[in-house]
Amino acid sequence: MIALLGLIAGVVLGMATQADVPAFLVPYLPIAVVAALDALAGAVRALLDGIFDDRVFVVSFFSNALVAALLVFIGDQLGVGSQLSTAVLVVLGIRIFSNAASIRRKLFRA
Amino acid sequence: MSSTRAPAEGSAAWRRLGRALRPRLSKAQLTAGLLCLVLGFGAATQVRQVGKADFSKLRQDELVEVLDQLDAEAARLEAENRDLERERDRLESDQTSQQAAAAAARERAQVQGILAGTLPAEGPGVALTVRDPDRKLTAAVLYMLVEELRNAGAEAISLGSARVVAATYFEDGEDSSVMVDGSRVQPPYEWLAIGDPSTLETALGIPGGALAAIRTLGGSSTVSANDSVSITAIRALIPPRYATALE
Repeated sequence: MIALLGLIAGVVLGMATQADVPAFLVPYLPIAVVAALDALAGAVRALLDGIFDDRVFVVSFFSNALVAALLVFIGDQLGVGSQLSTAVLVVLGIRIFSNAASIRRKLFRA
Repeated sequence: MSSTRAPAEGSAAWRRLGRALRPRLSKAQLTAGLLCLVLGFGAATQVRQVGKADFSKLRQDELVEVLDQLDAEAARLEAENRDLERERDRLESDQTSQQAAAAAARERAQVQGILAGTLPAEGPGVALTVRDPDRKLTAAVLYMLVEELRNAGAEAISLGSARVVAATYFEDGEDSSVMVDGSRVQPPYEWLAIGDPSTLETALGIPGGALAAIRTLGGSSTVSANDSVSITAIRALIPPRYATALE
């Protein structure tokens, strides 16, 4: 419940503050957000499995976002930034889908 | 949520979900809430960033590519613009010269139509009636009259319904009639000539001229100068069969 409230509050805050993304973060923020979404999906899945651990969630949340952003950063330095960010997004998308499928199976047995 | 196969597992998942959704101030709940807040904030910020649709989120190489594309597009459009302008200028000058040519052709056609007798003509001139009660006038006399009118500068001449042009011929027919261009004309001969009226009148009245000859042969004539004479008789144009223009 608190997590849902936090999510909503974050969205409202982001809309309300009109915060500008710092220039150096611009290429990495979308990737980081998608990575964090993946972590969230993983957390929900763990929750339904009864093995949710807030420490794991925190670590996976930040490490996911960091690693994704780092990969894109390295890609940028190597001159393959756009390709590598596509690759990262594809992998994260697949993971989100598999987590979502797992959640669905657990909740609806289908 | 509960299935016949494994009711325990499905309901366990729902139970766990329900427990997690219950607001409890546990460390895990607070942590998850905080992270979700961060995620929501990041996502909303990113969505706003995308909504701005500017180039600030593009990488340098992408910007260079965009710039190149814009340059190429601009060059292409400029070239197209130049082509179209050239085309327009060409068409305009074409149109102008075509209009000039058409006007010149119209004028030429008018002049030649009047000279060749294919167009009705009007203008100042004289109307001349020649009566010939004794039927003594021959083709030669009538032709002399034509020559006199031409000498006086007549630009268009008609005799009755016949337009008199360069190719017109007069011949004597049977019964002392006169044929003009192959068709018989009857007295009184109604002449119309366009030209300077006073010159024409004077020329016709010259002693020893055509009208004098007509009087000698027993005919009579009436000349009237007019400010406007309409010659409606026209002549069909026969294109030359043998002669072509010398370049």
